[in-house]
Amino acid sequence: MFFKLTPTTGQPLYLQLMQQIRHAAETGALHDGDQLPGIRTLAEELVVSPNTVAKAYSELEHEGLLELRQGSGAFVCVKRRTRSLADQVQVARHRIRTVIERLREEGLFDEEIRRAFEAELLYPAEIVRKR
Amino acid sequence: MTNEAVIFTQALSKSYGNAEAVRGLNLSVGRNRITAFLGRNGAGKSTTIKMLLGMIRPTAGSGTVLGKQIINADENRELRKRVAYVAEDKPLYGYMTVEQTIRFASAFYPDWRKDVEKKLLHDYELPVPRKVKMLSKGMRTKLALLLAFARRPDLLILDEPSEGLDPVGIEYLLQVLVAQSAEGVSIFFSSHQIAEVERVADHVCILEKGCLLVDASLDHLRQFYRRIDLVFPSSPPEREFRIAGVERIQKSGHAMSVFASKNAEAVIQRAHDLNAVSVEVAPVGLRDIFLETVKEN
Repeated sequence: MFFKLTPTTGQPLYLQLMQQIRHAAETGALHDGDQLPGIRTLAEELVVSPNTVAKAYSELEHEGLLELRQGSGAFVCVKRRTRSLADQVQVARHRIRTVIERLREEGLFDEEIRRAFEAELLYPAEIVRKR
Repeated sequence: MTNEAVIFTQALSKSYGNAEAVRGLNLSVGRNRITAFLGRNGAGKSTTIKMLLGMIRPTAGSGTVLGKQIINADENRELRKRVAYVAEDKPLYGYMTVEQTIRFASAFYPDWRKDVEKKLLHDYELPVPRKVKMLSKGMRTKLALLLAFARRPDLLILDEPSEGLDPVGIEYLLQVLVAQSAEGVSIFFSSHQIAEVERVADHVCILEKGCLLVDASLDHLRQFYRRIDLVFPSSPPEREFRIAGVERIQKSGHAMSVFASKNAEAVIQRAHDLNAVSVEVAPVGLRDIFLETVKEN
């Protein structure tokens, strides 16, 4: 598995790592029972604080996506819920593709579309709901 | 205790005549963390570190390192057995070879780790038979780092460890820091390398003119610091945005840029209420946080 953390985005590194592991499980890059590197190994590989990896693993264990076994590392457990989430993501991607195609037809450049997406994603959820 | 502070200072101050190098510093560095200590040249970082190690006597205030009083000579001696320190100027004996230096230093420490010594000698490609005075700046730094890393300290204090290292050397350095941290060593290091700090540190302290301006986890900075760029149909209502968390506002024509350390949602909400025609929100990297913080003061 390859993970890539970006220190300059406005998102804690442990959250980025959680999302990438989750994504890998949803897309099937990680299977049920697969073993992830130990905290120290992954921290040295990514050159991030071991606390970052430890926090991501422990939160994912809490979510039920990882099982931490003393001394032998972290194991992926993909349940049905994760797979249904994968389907949801598939559907969402399809819808986004439709929106993007329409915007392109209307003459917007990709860079403008990207900025618009990013701006909307940065709105806190509650404000979006109020609008 | 995992949350106990490995470094704790209360109103720690140091003056040289009329010049205040460190002013009422309240520092709390957590155990099992990598903490970065940032500041411009002359901000008081090295003075602080030297006070912690008993090399400079504070003018006022107090502090503990690993629970030991820094100004008590006996306690300070005790604490230095458990702290590995790499000084800014990396003092080494020029007439010794690399090998002699390692033999010499390792003799002082019963906890010397031959395995780490071997690994770093190999990784750093240090020329074992060469005299220290013939080493390049980067090589000297690597040797000084090796001497600190090959011990088994509870706390590592590094003053500008990446100085003089090339990008490959910095990468090795960071990997060793991570490995040390994974073994439970608490790390406190000063640096100018913001990009590196941003990757590896759990916590960051920014010192400016002897005062602590930022003391926060990097997760916190990433989550809450935002730059909000606004455009209004007329002159921007700047006063409406002077709320808690807004650190800095810049205006240029109909555009306004708000730098917020928290409450970005409130700023966005206000912008919409005041009919801003464009609202763009962007996260702020550590580099910008550093520059904005230092500029503001």
